[in-house]
Amino acid sequence: MEVVDVKQVQEAINGFANQDVYIHLETTNGAYASHNDQSFFSAGAYIRNALVRYEIGKITGKGPYRVGLKINLGWVYAEGITHFEVDEQGRLLMAGHGFDGKLAVALEISKTPFE
Amino acid sequence: MINKERQVLVVFPHPDDEAFGVSGTIATHVNNGTPVTYACLTLGEMGRNLGNPPFTNRENLPKIRRAELKEAARAIGIQDLRMLGYRDKTVEFEDDEKLANHMLEIINEVNPSLIITFYPGYSVHPDHDATGAAVIRAVEKLPPAARPTLHCVAFSNDCIEALGEADIINDVSAVSSKKIAAIKAHRSQTEAMMKTMEESFQKQDPQVLARVNFERFWTYKW
Repeated sequence: MEVVDVKQVQEAINGFANQDVYIHLETTNGAYASHNDQSFFSAGAYIRNALVRYEIGKITGKGPYRVGLKINLGWVYAEGITHFEVDEQGRLLMAGHGFDGKLAVALEISKTPFE
Repeated sequence: MINKERQVLVVFPHPDDEAFGVSGTIATHVNNGTPVTYACLTLGEMGRNLGNPPFTNRENLPKIRRAELKEAARAIGIQDLRMLGYRDKTVEFEDDEKLANHMLEIINEVNPSLIITFYPGYSVHPDHDATGAAVIRAVEKLPPAARPTLHCVAFSNDCIEALGEADIINDVSAVSSKKIAAIKAHRSQTEAMMKTMEESFQKQDPQVLARVNFERFWTYKW
């Protein structure tokens, strides 16, 4: 993973537009957040292999970045993106790592289903 | 004093669950000549530690953790390591009966005299609780006389209040180097923590020594 380069990420996002793609989207505080700090309200969500098609996708902000995809009937959105990679399978992997380095958010786009 | 067992079965959901609280006990059983089977439900695919700065990504993490798990198993002498193919953070959403039956299949095949797993309800992570619950549901299907002993790991903030003090405390200081090797084998998850922990261990910090040298279990009572 590399630190986000807006131009490269935007080009990669454009490359998946107007076709069926699989999405992995996740946010998390970690399963131990409320155990370590009982005043902390832990919340998170994830979806793996949602099949969508977007007409436009953008990366915005000054970093950490936001990414939004306008899909056929709605939206996909992630906030806090810091790192990215186009992997050996051509998938666009984006993630947000917190100040402690731990993963806090991930948004990934692929032409084939994730394992 | 750790009782000699005929066969031990360890069931946890994540690579590294075995390392902190149980690897010394496992290494001791192996030293006693007892075969140990470790069934690990997931590959910790959703782990948040990917290095700082990140050295891997969400999709490659499971491959790394699979290799780390094998290395940790080798470090403590586990001969029979099984990766069951469930997915991190989803164990509690599986069909309870199917999951329990899967556990029962393994129990029937391995025929353990002792099973080590998490205490359901007192193990913090939903995968931990669901794994412990499935194992207990499985053992419950056996006639009482045929049930293996169940030693459960618990560490929720309310576990002592609810369960009392642990009734099994294993002194594993004789195999502490193997235990530390097992923890270090899970490098992607433990590297940052181990730097400080190993230093404290060398300096004989009493809190860290106690954490490394003693492993606590609650015998499951039917």
